[in-house]
Amino acid sequence: MTPKSIAIVGAAETTKMGKIPDVSVIGLHADAALNALADAGLKATDIDGVATAGISPVELAHYLGITPTWADGTAVGGCSFMLHVRHAAAAIAEGLCTTVLITHGESGRSRVGAGGFGRSPSSLMGQFEMPFGVTSPPTMFTIPVLRYLKARGYTEEDLAQVAVVQREWAAKNPRASFKDPITIADVLGSPMIAWPFRMLMCCLVTDGGGALILTRADRARDFPQKPVYILGTGESVETPMVSQMEDFTTSRAFRVSGRKAFAEAGVTHADVDHLMIYDAFAHLPLYGLEDLGFCQPGEAAAFVRERHTAPGGKLPVNTNGGGLSYMHSGMYGMYALQESVRQMRGIAPAQIPGAKISVCHGVGGMFAASGTIIFTNEA
Amino acid sequence: MDRALPQPTPETQHFWDGCAAHELRLQRCIACRDSYFPPRPFCPKCGSREVEIYPASGKATLYSYVINHRPRPDMGTEPHSIAVVELAEGPRMMTNIVGCPQTPQALVLDMPLEVTFESFGAITLPLFKPAEAPAR
Repeated sequence: MTPKSIAIVGAAETTKMGKIPDVSVIGLHADAALNALADAGLKATDIDGVATAGISPVELAHYLGITPTWADGTAVGGCSFMLHVRHAAAAIAEGLCTTVLITHGESGRSRVGAGGFGRSPSSLMGQFEMPFGVTSPPTMFTIPVLRYLKARGYTEEDLAQVAVVQREWAAKNPRASFKDPITIADVLGSPMIAWPFRMLMCCLVTDGGGALILTRADRARDFPQKPVYILGTGESVETPMVSQMEDFTTSRAFRVSGRKAFAEAGVTHADVDHLMIYDAFAHLPLYGLEDLGFCQPGEAAAFVRERHTAPGGKLPVNTNGGGLSYMHSGMYGMYALQESVRQMRGIAPAQIPGAKISVCHGVGGMFAASGTIIFTNEA
Repeated sequence: MDRALPQPTPETQHFWDGCAAHELRLQRCIACRDSYFPPRPFCPKCGSREVEIYPASGKATLYSYVINHRPRPDMGTEPHSIAVVELAEGPRMMTNIVGCPQTPQALVLDMPLEVTFESFGAITLPLFKPAEAPAR
């Protein structure tokens, strides 16, 4: 894909967010899709490419009445939607389709029409991780962290600081689930989930969805919204088992994905005005700042502590409040993308004045996968 | 609630048979001599199918862990460790640390450990406990 040759022309979240007990998973996909279509001034019949995760692209196309010439069901966890954006950009550039709809919907809290989390006991995870008591992300994603803290000289307070700063951003966002200010003491005093992780270092569990519509940049001017151009993209995968990460102090998938995206975009870190780092847990922004190259290893905690990522800081991070305070339905990547698009359109609740370049970085599984999209609002 | 036990596959059967015999079996590449885990019938580094199974020393160090405080009836009623250990032969594996208090004070990164086995019906799991003599 040539930088700026593909644009986001439609973007929306579900009408409601948080607790939505009266809508099923596929209903959340459809609600987000209809909102994004309205945002772009399109009908479902205008769409000829579909991508989604959680449900199959076949279900999505059929439910909405779309006859696609391109479909992508890449499902690598919460960053699947970053990979969809990347794949869709390549597909449009190649002429496989012209107008792509990417959807996410998840009944993470209410579990309406949602599947289970079951993994086969004969899978590698089923044989070599599940027997030791891991159940869900709070006992898996957190496993590398004590090693990371020791290697970097970071502390529990450094993890807590991430949650505190993100709550400051959430306070500016009317749609955020949690808006009340918190302190490091509040975070460290919240219930223990899996040492060293307390409840306020873990993401929310909510219902919601989001959708994006992409097309060629030369068509984007005909759409009602300010186009948001794709400048660079990256993706990678590492391991389905967190215990088998190459190095517990750095994510290979983050590094590979980030490097690809920056190389394609042809921008430097100093050019970046806004950054989203998928934060299922409080350690992820620290890994992200280091692995994407915004901080040297060992400097990320001080970078957050010195308020560079906070409101008023030089590198605003997770300006919607993040998975820790805004919302987290299970596959949060779509909401990070939505916030990057809002910032580039200039309509975010906590808008960064004059922001021109936004980096949106996602994680899938437990450091299993990664996707990075770099956006700009300059044609 | 029963413990989430593994279902061995043809590629992993030797590992679980080894646990039942109280032997921690690893694989290594005959060409590049690299030990690896989890089991597979080829070397993940060089791709060679010429690999051998051998008994590991059972010695390890504590690489990282969490102490789960969420309810897991199959794991007992008290908070329990979920750990990754680094085996003396190089590979890392997930396990539980047993035979010591499940506290940050008792569970210190890089502490020497040794394998111990616990049976759950037809399956025996490799667990680790603090080493009796300090490892060199």
